[in-house]
Formats: sequence, structure tokens, C-alpha cells
Amino acid sequence: MLITLLLISLLAFLAFQIVPGDPTTKLLGSEYSPERAASLREEMGLDRNVLVRYVDWLTGFITGDLGVSYSYGMGVDQVMEGKGAVTAALSLLAWVLVIAISLPLGVALARWQGGRLDRACVAMNQVFMAIPPFFLGILFTYVFGLVLKLFVPGGFISPQQSFWGFLGYLTFPALAIAIPKAAMVTKLLRSSILNQMGEDYVRTAYSRGNSRWGVIRGHVLRNAILPVVTFVAMTLADIVAGSIIVEQVFALPGLGRLLLASIGNRDYPVVQCIVVIIAFIVVFMNYLADVVTQYIDPRVRLA
Amino acid sequence: MTKRILTLALAVVMTAALFIGGGQSALAAGTGSTGDAAGGAITVGIASDLDSSLDPHVSSSLAGTREVLFNIYEGLTKPDTQGNLVPAVAESYAVNDTADEYTFTLREGVRFHNGQEVTVGDIVYSLTRAAGLETGEPLVATLAGVASVEAVDDRTVVVTLSAPDAEFIAYTTVAIIPEGSDPADGIVGTGPFKFVSRSPQGNIVMERFDEYWGEPAKCAKVTFEVIEDGQTMVMSLRSGAIDLAAHLEASQVAELKAAADLNVLEGNMNLVQALYLNNARPPFDDARVRQALCYAVDKQTVIDLAGDGHGTPLGSSMYPAFGKYFDDSLTNRYESDLDKARDLLAEAGYGPDDPLRFTIAVVSAYTPHVNTAQVIVELLRQVGVEAEIRQMENAAWYSDVYQGRDFDATITGMDASTLTASALLARFVSDNPKNFIGFDSADYDAAYAAAVGTTDDAEQTAKFKECEAILAEDAANVYIQDLADFVVTQADIEGYQFYPLYVMDLSTVYRAG
Repeated sequence: MLITLLLISLLAFLAFQIVPGDPTTKLLGSEYSPERAASLREEMGLDRNVLVRYVDWLTGFITGDLGVSYSYGMGVDQVMEGKGAVTAALSLLAWVLVIAISLPLGVALARWQGGRLDRACVAMNQVFMAIPPFFLGILFTYVFGLVLKLFVPGGFISPQQSFWGFLGYLTFPALAIAIPKAAMVTKLLRSSILNQMGEDYVRTAYSRGNSRWGVIRGHVLRNAILPVVTFVAMTLADIVAGSIIVEQVFALPGLGRLLLASIGNRDYPVVQCIVVIIAFIVVFMNYLADVVTQYIDPRVRLA
Repeated sequence: MTKRILTLALAVVMTAALFIGGGQSALAAGTGSTGDAAGGAITVGIASDLDSSLDPHVSSSLAGTREVLFNIYEGLTKPDTQGNLVPAVAESYAVNDTADEYTFTLREGVRFHNGQEVTVGDIVYSLTRAAGLETGEPLVATLAGVASVEAVDDRTVVVTLSAPDAEFIAYTTVAIIPEGSDPADGIVGTGPFKFVSRSPQGNIVMERFDEYWGEPAKCAKVTFEVIEDGQTMVMSLRSGAIDLAAHLEASQVAELKAAADLNVLEGNMNLVQALYLNNARPPFDDARVRQALCYAVDKQTVIDLAGDGHGTPLGSSMYPAFGKYFDDSLTNRYESDLDKARDLLAEAGYGPDDPLRFTIAVVSAYTPHVNTAQVIVELLRQVGVEAEIRQMENAAWYSDVYQGRDFDATITGMDASTLTASALLARFVSDNPKNFIGFDSADYDAAYAAAVGTTDDAEQTAKFKECEAILAEDAANVYIQDLADFVVTQADIEGYQFYPLYVMDLSTVYRAG
């Protein structure tokens, strides 16, 4: 896990050597002259070897010194203040929505397979899976914001002003992220249950006098949910990545907007920090999925 | 199983609570300001975040930063809406006959946002710092000509220049800050608004400064919200989340005009949009090729197609807001003439078998420039020129095109940071470090030197006009227009005023009723 994170941070660091421009580009802008750029680079320590700088950054990062943002001239921790909370709240809310929508729905569709609800949902599923979150976001701001006036697009409410207002404002961006994912999870759970329904143990369960619902609840679900758990855990990583785009659409002051702006400014102390956070979430959720799988299925052992 | 999952869920929720709880205390520091007082609070949408430091002597590079800081900092003089310089921190000034010694008299009762009264020491410190007299490296390039700054008595400061410069007074708009202070440690100016807080990629908050020496600001509090996405800006205006946004594009405005509760004001961006040509290398080191392009590109067509008919055609590096320096006769120096364009190209050795090919670099985020590029490509196709658009990210454009000068042609807008003709024309002097197009004309250099060297206003104006004429005659660039600047406000917001510079004055803006 540590090695993965190290590798990712190194790759992100090196990527900045390849793209044109460096932090001095944006800082000097039209006031650029080769001499000023050179002296600024020296001042910022950019004239040193890439690997030296990487090791420098890494030691700082490990000892809790996140460095100073080039484009804001303040500590990276200060720059990120409060932004992590917005992204975390948005991602978690979206994740909870995915679970809250897809688990009951997936089971219900499998229970009444071929029913009206099932047929309608299977058709709709394809549509929802295909819609990118940013488009849903624009659609939502228009429909829920401007027409129905359920929220004020662009009128972000910080958790200090009103915690419930904050959650309320996040509901629509979270839905925009959650719906395509929920569609996928529903589809996965439904087909996973239906696959299990053909197994021998299901016939045995039926023969003991169980109803279809009884069989699903008592026997099938536990087996069918295994691939779904892994998938749901991994979607959180996807959701965090998706929130970067959706933050733009809803004007949310989260990490995503900061990340995009910092890439544009070549502000790599900030980018490094955010990349490591996102990488950590992905790796951690992967690990968590394994742990949960093991709880559900005792046959699986963690290596 | 249920129990375990429950435990896990609880753990997740608790971690989340920790995150949000942690953020709460952190955010509170930024928003702990007073509520609405008289005049109300106004929220302004800005399309990009401000520069790194809000140091007025350093952060002059981004126009978006300058226009916000205009409300917080003031110089000895400041520009007004008519393009005149009016005394600000200075009450009056005098120039000697040779235009190399400027005497400023301090206005009485001017206070900094920290409550201290401005002294001559603050002025000497600010000008010394900005001109880099102690470090040898000027922070503000226009002050490079300052030789010394001295306080004569407790109300008079004399600035001596190393060479005569009749335009110098326009450079004294540079911010006055408290003696010994570093803006990195706190933002203190003398302007109508005081700085309150800033959150990167979030917002900038300022409040009315009640001890301002001049006409006090009409609104009590202004919040600048950073909204980089154009569509989100439109939505935020329609929903009422922001009260005012400037520099909107024609397409955004078309979407907003339908909403009856919004005011749309039209002014000019005050910049020179052109297809800037790399004069230093083929194919544009040949004046005939450059002229051919000028004949082929019809400005009005560009304005009609790319800007919905809004925009002011230009023929040289000067825009109308500059009044006396603007020469309208140059605007139509090249009437659209496709035959002439083809002839000139043929003379230069290009024809149907060997067409002129080049790329136009343009920053993809600047929609008006991208639209202009698309129209130009089509117009050039009519004379058999094959131009290709290369969309770039902003930082890449600066590094490759502007600083690296590795480009054929690029579409951008050049604005003026001070109210001087030099702000637009200096960059075309052959050895000027900002001469990114590599324009090299002995006549131009001579005319420019004569213009800045004289103290006679009429002669200076004539010489600057000569510079403009040379740029047009040599077809240094394919000049297009001064883009239209749309400011959209909520219906109850009044008092917005356009300046001939890229600034946004919020002191006159207020909420009616």
C-alpha cells in the first residue's frame, strides 16, 4: 500500500517535468524575462535536480510539512483548509445515496423479475448509466435550481452558516454523481442475484418450503452481494474523482476546483498533496473492500 | 454479519463527522465578519482566482488581480472613469520643465485600513520598494526610471527620474502601503474597501473602510466568488447567487437576456485583440505576407460572427478609450480585398500549389479568442491560406508562445496596466523584453524614443500616433477589435461604471431600494 502511494506521488511529480511551463510561468505572466524567471526559479529552489526536489518534498510530507503553495504563497494546509470537508461530505453523501438507492432496488428487481418495475428499470438503467455526472449536474441546476427553485445554483452554504443548508445544497451534486453509479450497482446486484438463483443450493432451499423472498433473503443475498461489495467500495474512489468535475458545475469550494486550478498554475505542492489524498482513498477503499468481503465470506482470507 | 456491517458503517460516519467537524473550525476563521450594514452586501462573480500574493507591487501580472485590488489600494494618483488621473493620496503634484522631477504634496487626513495616518515616510517607503531602489530590481517595471525618492518636509515628496519622462505621472498609481510593511503579512491600503479574508479557489471578502478620505463606498461588504466555469456563472446570475459579473461573453449574455430581472451593461474590455504574428521568423518575417493576411481578414465579419456584432474594430495597438492617442483613420487601413491578398501572397511565393500554412495558438479557456480564430481560419481559406488552430492551456501558452516565442501566430488581447500610450506601445520597441512578436523597425524605435523623450504634449501625441501608423503600415499584426465587455447585474444593483482600464470599481455600486 505504501509503495503504491510512493509510486503515484513520484509519477505525479515527474509529470510536471514533462508538461510545458513551470510555477514561474504563471507567477511572472506577461512580466516575464529570462533573468527574472531564472532568479525566481533559484529562489524557489526549482533549479535543483528533480529527484532532489522529490526527496525534499517527501521528507517534508512525512514529517507533516506539506510545503508552501506557489500560487497562493501560504502553506498547503492553509490552502486546503475546509476544502477537504466539502469534497469528503459530497463524496460520502453520494456514496450513501448509491447504496441507499441501489441495494433495495437491486433486490426488489430480482425478487419481482420480469415484473413491470423490473422491465421499466432495466430500460432506464441503460440511460442513467450512460449520462455523465457533469451533464446531470447542468440538468439538475436548471430543473431543480432555476425552474423548481429547490436550491440556489452557485449559492453554496458553508457548514458554519447552516449544517442542514450545507447538506441540502450538497444533495443535488451528490445525486448527479450518485445516479449513474447507482444504476450500475443496481444492475450488478440484480444480475448477481439472478445468477445465483440457478444454483443447486437454491433448489434445495426451495424444496425446504422457502418462498422466493425467503430464498433470496436467507440464502442467495449473502452469496450474491460479494462482487457488489467490492464494486461499491471501488465506486467511492470513482465518486471522489467524479466530484472534481461536479464541483465545477455547482460552484462548490472543494478539493476538485483547487486541484484543477493548481494544475493550471503548476502549483505542485498543492497538486501532490491532493493526488496523494485521492490515491490514499482509492488504495484504502480497495483494502476495505477486501476486509468486508472477508467478513461476509469466511472462505476469503487476507493475504 | 449485520452487526459487523453496522460497526463498519458507524466507523465511516464517524470519520466523516471528523472531517466535517475539523473543517468547520477551520472555515469559521474566514467568514467571521460582520453582517450587512447600510448599503448592503454585494456578491461579485469573477472568472479566475487572484494571484499568489496580493502584493500590489508584485502581482501586477494578472489583470484579474489588478481589477480587484483597485478597490483596496490607492496610489498618489488614481484614474477616473474618463481616463484622467486624479490626485488620491497626494493632494496635488507639480512637474519641473524638464520632466525629470516630480513634487507631490500629501493629502491631509488620509488613513490606512489599520487606522494610521499616511505620512511621507509611507510614500517614500512604498515608492522605494516598488522601484526597487534598494534591491536594484524594480518590482514595478514602469518605475524603473526612478532615481531617487526623498521627503522634503512632512507633507512633500520629491521623485527624481534618471531620464525625462512626461508620462511618469501615470505610473504613480502604484499602491501606497505602510512604512516597513510587507503585504505578505497583511493587506493594508488606503482604498475605499479594506481586505477581510480570502479562501483559495473560494472567495475574497472586503468591507467598506469607514475612514476613507474620499467619497465612501456605497455598499458595506463585497464578496468576490471565484466561478471558473462559464455555464456556472450564468446559472449563478440567473439564480441570484451572485449580484454582478463582468467580462461576460456574447453567448453568455444571449442566454441571460431572456431573464427579465437582470440588467445587461455593455462597455469595452479595453484591450487590443489581434492575430499577433511572429515577425521574427518565416512566414511572417515577410511584410507582404502579413499585409496579405490583413487584406484577407475582414474585421466586421469577425465581430459579427464571433461576437454577435458587439465589438469595436481596431487598426493598430491602441483602443478608443485612450482618446487623444487613438487614430481612427488607421482602423480601415486594410479594406477587405481578397484579390490584393492573393497578389501579395503570390509575390511572396505562395500559390495554389504551395499554399501558405501556419498554426494559430490560442488559449482554449478564452472563448472569444477561440471563436475569433475559427472565423479567421475560414476567412483565410478564401485566399488559399491553410491555417490550423492549436488550442492550448494557459500556462503552456505563456511558456511556449509568450515567453518561449515559439509560435507562428496567436490570438490574444493586450491590455494597458496604466493610462499611458507606452503601456500599449512600448512592447514593440525592438529590444523590449515584452516584444514577444519580435517586431523590429528602426523607424518605430526612433518614433517611440522621440515620444517618451519629449515633454511637449502635442509632439508626444503626434509621435505616438506615428508609432501606431508604423504598426499598421508594416502590418505588424492583424488587428481585429476591442472586445465588448458585458456586465450583468441583478435588477436592483445600480451604479456600475466602466473605466478606460481593466478595473472594476465597486465603490459606486449599491443595491437600490
